[in-house]
Amino acid sequence: MNSSQPQIEVKSVSKSYGGVVANKDISIRVPHGRITGLIGPNGSGKTTLFNSIVGYHPIDSGSITFEGQEISTLRVPDIARLGMLRTFQQTRIYKKMNCVQNMIISVSHRDEGFGGIFKQAKDRETEQQAEELLNFVGLYQKRNLISGDLSFGQQKLLEFAMALMNKPKVLLLDEPTAGINPTLINGLIDRLKRANEEFGITLFVIEHNMRVIMNLAEEISCLAHGELLATGSPDELQNDQRVIDAYLGAH
Amino acid sequence: MTSARKLDLRVYAGLILFGIITPILFPNYTSQVAVMWLMVLMAVTWDMTGGQMGYNSLGNVIFFGLGMYASAVVQISMFADVAEYTASFGAMYVEFTEVQYFTGLALGIVVGGIVATLFALLIGPFMLGLRGPYFAIGTLGLAVAVAELIAGWGYVGAGSGISMPVYPGVAGESTFVWYILMGVTALLAHLFVRWLYSTQFGLAMNAIRDDEDKAEAMGIRTTRYKVLTWAASAFFLGMGGAIFGNMSGFIEPLEVAFPTATFGIFMVAMALLGGKGTLWGPVLGAILFHIVKEATWTYLLGWQWVALGAIIIINIVYFQQGILGWAQDKWPAAFGLTVDRGPGDQPTGDTRPEAAE
Amino acid sequence: MFENLYLVYLAPLMGVDLILQGLFIGALFALIAYGLALVWGVMNVKNLAQGDMVILGGYISYQATLWGYHPMLAMPVAIILMFGLGWLIYALIIRRVVDRDMFTSLLATFGLSLLIQQVLNLIYGPEVKVAESGFGNFQLDTFIIIQNVRLYSLLIAGALAIAIVIFMKKSRMGQAIRATAQDARAARVLGINTDRVYAFTYALNASICGAAGVLVAMIWVIQPYYGIVYSIRAFIIVTAAGLGNLPGVILTGFGLGAWENVAGFMFGAEFAVAAVVIMLVLVLMYRLLQSYRVRQVVR
Repeated sequence: MNSSQPQIEVKSVSKSYGGVVANKDISIRVPHGRITGLIGPNGSGKTTLFNSIVGYHPIDSGSITFEGQEISTLRVPDIARLGMLRTFQQTRIYKKMNCVQNMIISVSHRDEGFGGIFKQAKDRETEQQAEELLNFVGLYQKRNLISGDLSFGQQKLLEFAMALMNKPKVLLLDEPTAGINPTLINGLIDRLKRANEEFGITLFVIEHNMRVIMNLAEEISCLAHGELLATGSPDELQNDQRVIDAYLGAH
Repeated sequence: MTSARKLDLRVYAGLILFGIITPILFPNYTSQVAVMWLMVLMAVTWDMTGGQMGYNSLGNVIFFGLGMYASAVVQISMFADVAEYTASFGAMYVEFTEVQYFTGLALGIVVGGIVATLFALLIGPFMLGLRGPYFAIGTLGLAVAVAELIAGWGYVGAGSGISMPVYPGVAGESTFVWYILMGVTALLAHLFVRWLYSTQFGLAMNAIRDDEDKAEAMGIRTTRYKVLTWAASAFFLGMGGAIFGNMSGFIEPLEVAFPTATFGIFMVAMALLGGKGTLWGPVLGAILFHIVKEATWTYLLGWQWVALGAIIIINIVYFQQGILGWAQDKWPAAFGLTVDRGPGDQPTGDTRPEAAE
Repeated sequence: MFENLYLVYLAPLMGVDLILQGLFIGALFALIAYGLALVWGVMNVKNLAQGDMVILGGYISYQATLWGYHPMLAMPVAIILMFGLGWLIYALIIRRVVDRDMFTSLLATFGLSLLIQQVLNLIYGPEVKVAESGFGNFQLDTFIIIQNVRLYSLLIAGALAIAIVIFMKKSRMGQAIRATAQDARAARVLGINTDRVYAFTYALNASICGAAGVLVAMIWVIQPYYGIVYSIRAFIIVTAAGLGNLPGVILTGFGLGAWENVAGFMFGAEFAVAAVVIMLVLVLMYRLLQSYRVRQVVR
């Protein structure tokens, strides 16, 4: 793979709902193996852009490529099998299954053969991998609990671990720290960084918490009113008057 | 795990023992118990999509009826012309030799299962694309449509139905044959789902039930799982239909083959009564439902169907989790569900201990 | 099938007659579907007992003829009785399933549908019944003969629909219903008694079904188990037209009536019901394909 080619390339994407323009002519490049951030005030179109990328709705114009392949017309499961996963703002896990089961069924379905789907669920190797990752996010002791009984923050960690279990190439995280106990945020940032470094997963993160995103991302894009306002390093953005205005509400 | 396995084996042994003893001790009840095995089969196969996968079908009788008709056509067509046979409304009597009859029967049952499976594979990708209430209404509509189409199709006797070939052996012997066939099919179906639920496939079914959008977002090939599950349940139900058609001796589309308002709703009610989405709930529900139904039916003097409607409503409105679902909530440990164990046990693999929350 | 097609070719006016007859009954279907859409939209309950409520209304008018009254006189009685019954059903059953998942309400109303069927079967038996109106026909042409009762039922259905629309726009309760349909929680916060709104909506729907049933019993025949087809027709119309789309519901109702009449003539009466139900499957499939195009699912 050509390293100059970005992993995800969003080229002048526009999307509107009825008369409301949610994304207008947005271009963002997410480079390989890095952590890229996406910020912007509420209603600026961040989640819409995420949904466009992972295939929840069609885009009006523009193109989205993943490793050079056009994906803007593919559907969600196809995109997921290419190796691009997303987590949800409202955490989504399989609530009536226990944590280990949640993990086991999250293995990659990219190259699964027809016979493979009838493999015993309690496969030793997969189970061990699941337990290691649960340990990685600090849920090892809760592994046999029904996941719906976990606290919101724990569910969020579980969702993150499930995504790692899938061994994706890219992980799109929609507000990973929202709703998480502030004392745990540092631990989460550390884990996100380690997932990026140790597992080599490219991260593309929506985040509201400025401290978190400035700590985490190497490059950040800022949206406002559906348009791309600025792209740059954390330092550049922090000193960008337009970004500051957007957040303070001065139009 | 092992204790659950032991329990399963004990329940199987108990049921098989009951299945063997009943026709010996109470031969008069053989056909009622045979129908009970059919009920178990229906509840278990309905639960595959309804309970384990969250796709509540109101039209699974399609597979039952298709299996029945497919077997009838196969059994007759081997030794007579189907159109002539059905046109005579039972007046044409075909004498089958025992060999002819039993080969026809065996082939008919297998073909019944296969035809039902093929139909499920054909409509599955479309119907299973519908979610929730649309799926339920769509399957109900499809069942009514298939029943009406067959009721208008002269080749298979249209609304007047088909008289099945007459059992060639000694009178009274046939009851035991149907009994054994029905019992074995139900047992096979249950062994099959028990195995299926223990695989990755079973987990995927549960994942689809819990959150299908999430499953798709994780790259699970949901359509494949959904269609295969439905096809598997259709296979067993189709065989059950083929056996039941022979057991009844006479089949017709609206009351026997595609009865959406009786068998069609029974299977849902039984699975719900016992606890949908559990391994033994549908079995328990079917047995209880059938016993209560047989014991009280004749005393209700025509009000039995009204009572049935009332029971379904009460079951759904007030007791939806079913018997085993309720027990599972009350004693989770007995079902292998873990409640917070707290710290203490260590990971099996070579992992760095992390500070938990 | 082709003989009948040839007949229409010989006498094109016969085709006009078929479609015209279909349009008249289509108005009734639209009325029933409107009631379903009301309950569906306001309280998110898919009422599978819709058709059985229609048939129940039909038996009310049949009972009127048994007592020697004209079936049309049963109309106000059916409206009032069904309103009360609807309220009772809400209080006993629907109230407890409103907030649950949709399969629960679907299955509960399916159970209700069985209950109504069986009670009717016990009282009136399984034979088909008709409420004779004695209104006669009028003839436009050799091939165009229209039962007067169909004409009246079109007018009555129209009048009822207009009355309901005005009620929804002008009355306090109508406004409360529309508010609840938009956002039940917000309506509750603003002091609307949503429980009462739900009860009223369900009862109103039962009334609509009852009125439609009185007309159905005069135009065709009724039988305890005929309800399911009316339910399916209503579902087809609502699914095809979408919720809260009154013009769409009316148009689809007319279209379905015409299709059913034409299909019943072409393929033979024994396939008339199949033609309706297959239409349901086709409509669902169409929605499915449409949703695939926007990378979505039908829910």
